Amino acid sequence: MSVRVFVPCDAAALAVGADVVARAIETQIASRRLDAQVIRNGSRGMFWLEPLVEAETPEGRIAYGPVAPEAVESLFAADFLKGGAHRLRLGRTEEIPYLKNQERLTFARCGIVDPLSIDDYIAQDGYRGLERALAMPPADIVEEVAKSGLRGRGGAGFPTGIKWRTVLNTAADQKYVVCNADEGDSGTYADRMIMEGDPFVLIEGMTIAGIATGATMGYVYIRSEYPHAFRTMRRAVETARERGYLGPDVKGSGRAFDVDVRLGAGAYICGEETSLLESLEGKRGQIRPKPPLPAIEGLFGKPTVVNNVISLATVPVILDKGAQFYADFGLGKSRGTLTIQLAGNVKYGGLVEKAFGLTLRQAIYDYGGGTASGRPLRAVQVGGPLGAYFPESLLDTPLDYEAFAKLQGLVGHGGIVVFDDTVDLAKQARFAMEFCAIESCGKCTPCRIGSTRGVEVIDRIVANQDRKRNLEVLDDLCELMLEGSLCALGGLTPYPVLSAIKYFPEDFSKPAPPPGQTAPGWEARQERRA
Amino acid sequence: MSSAAVWDPEKASSRIKALEKLPGALLPILHALQEEFGYIDKAAIPMIAKALNISQADVHGTISFYHDFRHEPPGRHVLKMCRAEACQSMGCEKVIQHVEQKLGIRLGQTTADGSFTVDQIFCLGLCAMSPAVMLDGKPYGRVTPEVADSLIDSQRRRA
Repeated sequence: MSVRVFVPCDAAALAVGADVVARAIETQIASRRLDAQVIRNGSRGMFWLEPLVEAETPEGRIAYGPVAPEAVESLFAADFLKGGAHRLRLGRTEEIPYLKNQERLTFARCGIVDPLSIDDYIAQDGYRGLERALAMPPADIVEEVAKSGLRGRGGAGFPTGIKWRTVLNTAADQKYVVCNADEGDSGTYADRMIMEGDPFVLIEGMTIAGIATGATMGYVYIRSEYPHAFRTMRRAVETARERGYLGPDVKGSGRAFDVDVRLGAGAYICGEETSLLESLEGKRGQIRPKPPLPAIEGLFGKPTVVNNVISLATVPVILDKGAQFYADFGLGKSRGTLTIQLAGNVKYGGLVEKAFGLTLRQAIYDYGGGTASGRPLRAVQVGGPLGAYFPESLLDTPLDYEAFAKLQGLVGHGGIVVFDDTVDLAKQARFAMEFCAIESCGKCTPCRIGSTRGVEVIDRIVANQDRKRNLEVLDDLCELMLEGSLCALGGLTPYPVLSAIKYFPEDFSKPAPPPGQTAPGWEARQERRA
Repeated sequence: MSSAAVWDPEKASSRIKALEKLPGALLPILHALQEEFGYIDKAAIPMIAKALNISQADVHGTISFYHDFRHEPPGRHVLKMCRAEACQSMGCEKVIQHVEQKLGIRLGQTTADGSFTVDQIFCLGLCAMSPAVMLDGKPYGRVTPEVADSLIDSQRRRA
């Protein structure tokens, strides 16, 4: 039988040359006349090992990595197709401690299957959740999701089951399921990995959401920065349609559900659900005041389930294995697993899916191995550009929604960006305001104007102009934005700013740079918009 | 990128026609036009407005809202450089400054010879491979000034 060799097609693997490696392996297979084929899988999420090549042997899949194109010939010389010894050999993939010490529920198949093979998906327990859902009354499906304790993984942590119940109980001639795949937070890539590595799980989750709430049409809104995810999702949707898993009669159930995949256009604000809906309708991505909730008046004014990729991709396992199975993971009000994404200045960056309860320190040191630069860690930003900067002394905070909320921080989408001691927190605070100014939709004044004033005030503080008074102005401004903004962009931008001032005050009291000279990286960039 | 065609109202009209019936058709149409021509020509605005039965102001307002849509053709190669937090933590500003100096332009500009456009971007989802860039739609991770040099030079040689 033909030996299968796996080379990831995940964008992060491509970014370090996976395509070149795959071609080199194919060339060697051809010139050596071997009975082997290259399969392009998703990533296992151990990015320091990419490109991670796996050979399928009778003992299981044996991993080699990171494989440079130049190393390919020596891998064949070492008979790696049979798991031969080589300096890049990592042993059985599933025994690699980073992976072994995880609880992969949502990511159970990611990196294992060929993302575009629906047969692979079905062979690995795919579509069992939908099968069960199709035999249940809609209200029971909703209750199953509610009982699992699943909360929105996009950032806000709102209970998914309650959202679905509202849509189910709102009568309408048309309802929608919208998947928010506008994963704009720096430090996050879990949505991208699922869409590139296991797209059918997302399609299945959306289909279950449709069956449960009476929605017959679904949209996946993917940010344009993810062209690979967009292409994979489009092809997977076509395959699901061809095989009767989408369309007017889902698997002979008499129930209709179809999906269209749409592309965003580089606006961070479109990750906010009401902006996203406006954008899907073909308008400027300006936010809508709530109420009405999208569950009652959403896309084109119809009741709409808006869920994040990871929330929807987790639904199939809940329906397959039952609410209790999922709820048994986690602690307190944070049930199930969190997909932690280690990013930035971290030695072993990657995806860690683990039951809620891990502390920041465990994530960063036990998995991440500390900083990539080897310098001391100074700050950590969790939850994207709107998340607080935490100092080393707060690393024992458990990664759950309530513990972070207590510290004016966010778990958000689970991204952790690590900074070493070269970071300047005044600069990071300025960037938070600058980013808000660039990405503000302009609907409300605190966000639109406040962010620009924020940049100016921080510049004055750094330049030591009336520093004490300007710090008071900044504090006032942050309070105004927190309380007065319409959505999370303006409303949470103060988190990184205030936490930077609170935990790293020394960065705001340095001597001013000499006149006419700015510190490196300080020159204003906000005018230079794309 | 280098394959983008010159503005052609007939081609534009057929791309618009193919998509105009979609619910929420405006973004798909704008993406299709930009894919075809590399930018959205002003002449497309009344055509889209008519096809979708919306005002020209609505079309213009939507185009100008989104960072992606261009008002003029980009260079033959488009380099998008991430400057979000994860890439900052790995020194993206240094790489950006290096590229700006090398090409003699700043972020958001196109070189005088029309070979390169360099844009800022906020997150490519390659945050464990920082600093990250995308050149003509292809992702690159762990980009140092030297890697950026070789990316740019190899495109120049090809051109």
